[in-house]
Amino acid sequence: MGRIQLKSVTKSFGDIQVIPPLDLTIEDGEFAVFVGPSGCGKSTLLRMIAGLEDLTSGDIEIDGEIATEVPPAQRGLAMVFQSYALYPHMTVRKNIGFPLRMAKMAQAEIDQRVETAAKSLNLMDYLDRKPADLSGGQRQRVAIGRAIVREPAAFLFDEPLSNLDAALRVGMRLEIGELHERLKTTMIYVTHDQVEAMTMANKIVVLRAGVIEQVGSPLELYHKPRNEFVAGFIGSPKMNLVKGSEAEKHEAATIGIRPEHTDVSMTDGAWKGRVGVAEHLGSDTFIHVHDTGLADMLTVRVNGDISVKHGDTIYLTPQADQIHKFDAQGMRI
Amino acid sequence: MAIVAKPSKFAKYGRPTLAWVVGLLFFFPIFWMVVTSFKTDADAVKPEHLIWFTPTLENYLNMTENYDYWRFAGNSVITAVFATVFTLFVGIPCAYAMAFNPSRATKDVLMWMLSTKMLPAAAVLYPMTFITKSAGLFDTHFLIIMVLSLINMPIVIWMLFTYFKEIPKDIIEAGQMDGVSTWGEIKEILIPLAWGGIASTALLCFIFCWNEAYWTVRLTTTDAATLSKLIEGNRAPEGLFFGRLSAVSAAAVGPIVVLGWFCQKQLVQGLTFGAVK
Repeated sequence: MGRIQLKSVTKSFGDIQVIPPLDLTIEDGEFAVFVGPSGCGKSTLLRMIAGLEDLTSGDIEIDGEIATEVPPAQRGLAMVFQSYALYPHMTVRKNIGFPLRMAKMAQAEIDQRVETAAKSLNLMDYLDRKPADLSGGQRQRVAIGRAIVREPAAFLFDEPLSNLDAALRVGMRLEIGELHERLKTTMIYVTHDQVEAMTMANKIVVLRAGVIEQVGSPLELYHKPRNEFVAGFIGSPKMNLVKGSEAEKHEAATIGIRPEHTDVSMTDGAWKGRVGVAEHLGSDTFIHVHDTGLADMLTVRVNGDISVKHGDTIYLTPQADQIHKFDAQGMRI
Repeated sequence: MAIVAKPSKFAKYGRPTLAWVVGLLFFFPIFWMVVTSFKTDADAVKPEHLIWFTPTLENYLNMTENYDYWRFAGNSVITAVFATVFTLFVGIPCAYAMAFNPSRATKDVLMWMLSTKMLPAAAVLYPMTFITKSAGLFDTHFLIIMVLSLINMPIVIWMLFTYFKEIPKDIIEAGQMDGVSTWGEIKEILIPLAWGGIASTALLCFIFCWNEAYWTVRLTTTDAATLSKLIEGNRAPEGLFFGRLSAVSAAAVGPIVVLGWFCQKQLVQGLTFGAVK
């Protein structure tokens, strides 16, 4: 079991309140991702759940029991750190078995559990190496192994992939996703990368300055962002936001249109502009359009085979049913 | 052709020469002391025997037979070892607490500790003497061990603090998540990770204890007297016996020089503080 509830949780460092009262429930078995720009309080929130950071006020409940005063190890949670935080003086085998040894488990059982975890993480050949002799991806797998053997109520991941190179990151993302499918254990994952959030989560929690902007499934956030911030944060490339008379036509202060929801023509359309940079990714092309008179730059995502070049005149037409409208406060209409 | 910086003439010739000159200057007194210790007291002051003399072991034999060298040496070993152990026993948890759970006062506490080293020892000589005498601690091993521990505590805590600061906090926190007790954190994680730093600190502390003279000379008479006291005791009122004094001094610094020679690497690491990870 691993149902985690935050009740009116706050955190202040000195006089600065980084997290104003915050309520959140993460159901058993969910893969929740905290996402937001750096400094939004997502890591602090995770560390508070872990017990590594004290709460200024409020309560944390784990499976219905108040855990606010319970020390980290007794909360039944396992954490994977950004820096891996392996014990450099111990072999992989000792690292993975460490929490079990601390729990005074019999050596035979420790060995058996370490082997099972190592097998599932492809670490069998490295059990007698020290962390310094492993690659980044292997280290991260050891860190995950150390978390798995404890059979925790929930896994906490603090930006676990940000130290890996791009290719490895995609691979580890899948591995963590598969791990969740297999174990069905609650996972809370902190990242600033919205792609990671979109691909892994059942539930995304978007944070800004310690405040939850929106909670929902990836597609809910994509299709129905609650406000301009979420609209701009979720989705890649970013949603185009247009203010002024064009927005007023739709009775809104701001309208948002995603790059992939804009039709492009070289001859006619609603908005005329000039091509700045065209990024050819093969499958897609991102065209950055200037001089539309609507915003500094609009981005559109089109088929990869289109041939446009710098300086071409281009016409854009937003798909009418895909326009997001926001009021003067930035809230969705 | 690639352009590379050429070392200056000073870097090439001047610097090694300077290093040798400084090195020899520092080494000379020790060399002189050792040479003199093999001269008779009479030879030691005669200019004609400055270099040419008949070496003798008389001073050394005299020292072990008449002055009970081994008792003084034993006291030096006992007090330095126990003081070092006790200093680390207190210093490790102390530095650990300040490195990983700093509070607003941590910086001030560190500065305050260091400030105690600024106190001139002579200023508290009388109170110390009276207190220890009336407490019945004068000339006891316990007193010397405590005094040595306390005067070295600030530097030991500073050194350990610097080493511990280099250990990523994540590793300590991972330990907390994995269910280690505070003592377990120190034993299982901190000490193995900072082993090199702790060893350098211990070594330096031991050397400081061994070399301490001000308090060991003044707070002992016989029972707990260390080698410093033995040297001091050979400043006989009837004049200086250079041969004898040199032998005693050489025998006092000998063990520590040998120890230092074997632990050079650790010592350099210790003195460059955090430069070595």
